[in-house]
Amino acid sequence: MKEFGGNALFLDRNDINTDEIIPAKYLTENTKMALQSFILEDLKLGGFDPRKDIEGKGVIITRANFGCGSSREHAVWVFEVNDINVVIAESFARIFRQNMYNCGMLAIELPKKDIETLFGLGEAVKIGVDLAGCTITAQGSKKVVIPFKLNEFDKKLVEAGGWLAYADKNY
Amino acid sequence: MGKTIAEKIFAAHLRDTPTPENVILDIDVVMCHEITTPIAITDLEARGMDRVFDTTKIKAVIDHVTPAKDSKTATQGKIIRDWARRHKIADFFDIGANGVCHALFPEKGFIRPGYTVIMGDSHTCTHGAFGAFAAGVGTTDLEVGILKGVCSFRTPETMRITISGGLQDGVSAKDVILFIIKELTVNGATDKVMEFVGPVVESMSMEARMTLCNMAIEAGATCGICLPDRVTAKYLWPFIKDQYESIDVAVQDFAQWHSDPDAEYVKEMTLDVSKLVPQVTFGYKPDEVKSVTEMDGTPVDQVYIGSCTNGRIEDLRSAARILKGKKIAANVRGILSPATPKVYAQALEEGLIAIFMEAGFCVTNPTCGACLGMSNGVLAEGEICASTTNRNFNGRMGKGGIVHLMSPLTAAATAVQGHITDPRNLL
Repeated sequence: MKEFGGNALFLDRNDINTDEIIPAKYLTENTKMALQSFILEDLKLGGFDPRKDIEGKGVIITRANFGCGSSREHAVWVFEVNDINVVIAESFARIFRQNMYNCGMLAIELPKKDIETLFGLGEAVKIGVDLAGCTITAQGSKKVVIPFKLNEFDKKLVEAGGWLAYADKNY
Repeated sequence: MGKTIAEKIFAAHLRDTPTPENVILDIDVVMCHEITTPIAITDLEARGMDRVFDTTKIKAVIDHVTPAKDSKTATQGKIIRDWARRHKIADFFDIGANGVCHALFPEKGFIRPGYTVIMGDSHTCTHGAFGAFAAGVGTTDLEVGILKGVCSFRTPETMRITISGGLQDGVSAKDVILFIIKELTVNGATDKVMEFVGPVVESMSMEARMTLCNMAIEAGATCGICLPDRVTAKYLWPFIKDQYESIDVAVQDFAQWHSDPDAEYVKEMTLDVSKLVPQVTFGYKPDEVKSVTEMDGTPVDQVYIGSCTNGRIEDLRSAARILKGKKIAANVRGILSPATPKVYAQALEEGLIAIFMEAGFCVTNPTCGACLGMSNGVLAEGEICASTTNRNFNGRMGKGGIVHLMSPLTAAATAVQGHITDPRNLL
């Protein structure tokens, strides 16, 4: 199982699509690691500089409908190879969410008010994830503990290390 | 309680129910292209699991960048080509026989009512036009599909969209779906199936139904779906004629998949399209849609007609209706990519290619290329493209480029005038 948690990268926008996370021109790469430096290259977000802002981050916190658009799993891999294994959002596009769990990573949905709380903790926020207890601990300008719901099947995928391992064992 | 078409298809393909919210389905068709499949192939090889669950249920094509534009895309082609040969996958389509997957595979008769279909491509929802459950998936889902023939989904919820009235001349399925996405927003149908019904859908050709279902993903839907009927049976007849005594019998059999009258929907939307005008996107999201009259006069640098949304024969015919005997504006580059070799050949035979060429269009081989900024028509920084494709995301057709989505009719009118133009003025 992967390790979950780390410093938060706040992406304050709805509907961030997978073309913005990893542009199609990089889909010609045949290894996941080759994607590493192209993370969020086309993200349309004022003041955001992927080269500087990604440094040392382990968790993304964002708004609604994250990962919409293309089915490219490259959008998950580019986070994985940058040691970002958790995305916390108000909601996700279906394929992106499934791709996260299929890779044994966490796509955590929280109600809008909890997302607001996280955005209100200042710029330097450290996130801890307790998978067994289904809680997030956020340490910023103050410390908050937020419970989350995890679909039982998604949890099994995370514990198995992804869908391929789970499917190979069960089907 | 009655079932929707999606629920009936799920029930007929149920392999496992790991939780009440999740199901594992048997998959009838696993489709593969050279962008999302190679990493699945190399991963299976690395794990010592280079197997396929059923060679007859796997369909593969090189379509996104073809012919290869550089060494990396040549390698992607080689990986899927070698794999298809190694596993004796008969339905593999390479140069000379290849075309845009969501236009090519239906044309080959691979999609049937009641089927489950997955592909590592978000526009797989197109195939719901045949009354199939068809969903785009990531590479890991594709990998498991190739290996085991199964895929996991959440129990489906369906939204019913009833379309009535009659479309004005100059207004098409593309305008209908752009308007629906505007109403629903880009996540209005997330985790849902969009079931398209009503007299307008019933009178649509399979090509138009595919355009409608193709963009269901742009509202976040898992699948767009139409009820299979006589139009479906006639389209599929060359492939099913040995299976059914007559088209009537096929139509009757297809009706088993129709949603029950007492099926439950999570949302109902009704739409009278009698007064609908051509629609065009602005901004960077497919739900940012205005009427063509509001967008009229917007300058463009390039007009692109093609893709899995609008690269089929009817699309070429409708654009040619406008272009016939006209020249495109001097400030515009026109690119036509017929979606498949069959569409290309038919367009040649009908004289459509000549119309495009005389108007000043460049005609490329069938490929996805420009739609996602990969090849064959990438935009430069600041350039604007009027496009019959499906996404206007930032950078989609080239870094710093801007895309306006529209129908083939509106794109053709725009090419002639050199700026966004209402096609009804040129008919």
